[in-house]
Amino acid sequence: MLLINPFSILAQTISPLVLQFFVIVMVGLVIIGTLVDIIHKKNVKYFFDNAKKAKLSATRKIGTGERVVVIAKTVVHDIATTAELGAGKRRVAHVLGMYGTILFWIATVVMIFCYTSADSVTPGVWPMMWHIGAILTCIGGYWFWLFLRVDVLAEAYPWYRIIKADLFVLALLACATFGLAWSYTQSLNLENRWDDKVFLTLYIISNLILFGGVYWSKFAHMFYKPGAAIQKNLAEADGSRDNLPPLADKPKQFGLGIKREEPKHY
Amino acid sequence: MSTFVYMTRCDGCGHCVDICPSDIMHIDENIRRAVNIEPNFCWECYSCVKACPNHAIDVRGYADFAPMGHSVRVRREEEKGTISWKIKFRNGTTKNFVSPITTKPWGKFIPKLADGDKPNKDEINSQRLFTEPEGLNIDGELPVIPKDSFKKGVYY
Repeated sequence: MLLINPFSILAQTISPLVLQFFVIVMVGLVIIGTLVDIIHKKNVKYFFDNAKKAKLSATRKIGTGERVVVIAKTVVHDIATTAELGAGKRRVAHVLGMYGTILFWIATVVMIFCYTSADSVTPGVWPMMWHIGAILTCIGGYWFWLFLRVDVLAEAYPWYRIIKADLFVLALLACATFGLAWSYTQSLNLENRWDDKVFLTLYIISNLILFGGVYWSKFAHMFYKPGAAIQKNLAEADGSRDNLPPLADKPKQFGLGIKREEPKHY
Repeated sequence: MSTFVYMTRCDGCGHCVDICPSDIMHIDENIRRAVNIEPNFCWECYSCVKACPNHAIDVRGYADFAPMGHSVRVRREEEKGTISWKIKFRNGTTKNFVSPITTKPWGKFIPKLADGDKPNKDEINSQRLFTEPEGLNIDGELPVIPKDSFKKGVYY
């Protein structure tokens, strides 16, 4: 199963062009959803207005070279490892889900656009990447959704309470889970069985919800968060620091503070 | 004055939800970010502001007496054991302060309620808090202001 391109088998019954068109439509839905989100919530406008305001209280001017270094450091340290989540389970779960999803999506696009024609042979690395990506997404996603979600951990709600904010993570998990189930049942070569068709249908529906629901879900945080991290580090570099005090100089060790114990006191 | 959350900074970790003594910091159901659900009941204790690892929470003054431009922000550096404040006045003057964190470790100085005797019904319905009157350093009953001593026109 891990080395089989599930889309090449599907392409025997459905034209590869249909698959490619579906991917393009999904990309289009993400772009439209994000743009509508930006226009409606005005969050990007607020973000840039705020950054402009913060610039007025800058204590030093940073050149282009330094700006590039700060951005590069942010990409490598903050964005690539989701440093804002600190050290802990949430960060591990998020990194698993993030890289899993990236692998899953990249492999999907490559396999659909390059290896669905009748005469093409899929290198084993792409299906492997697709399956591993989906598995990582499931591990990180279910771990987050069942145990680490702030609703469960801090608000003490049961794991089965579903709210609008769950739309993104649940749709993503549905994509990965049904994708894996479809790939597995399809690899069994069960002639005229319903299994793989049901899971394929569920996989398509969950993709439509995930990419079509960008406006209503947290999907766009993938684009906003890196921008916010860059702005935060640029503000630290130019001394404006969003009005925050500078880092304490020559501190002493006074105590452990509230982080010694996980915030779970009921 | 009350707290508000910079949505681009918040990552929904829940530290503010846990620490808020008024139980007004909660998680928004649409975007899973912290939100002050009842600003009127915020007593500006700054607990959530200090607890936030991403400096996502700020406190704003009411527009009628504290026009925009001032700010009071805090940076808690747990690994250093310090808490730093930056006070920015409306005229642009800024002041910086650094203090040690004086938060006590959980369970060491905080009353262990579970180990104590179970309160009876009268104690539960009493106006007294757990540590009263001992904690107030007074003997006997709590001081009472008789209602007839209130100024005329004040009704309770």
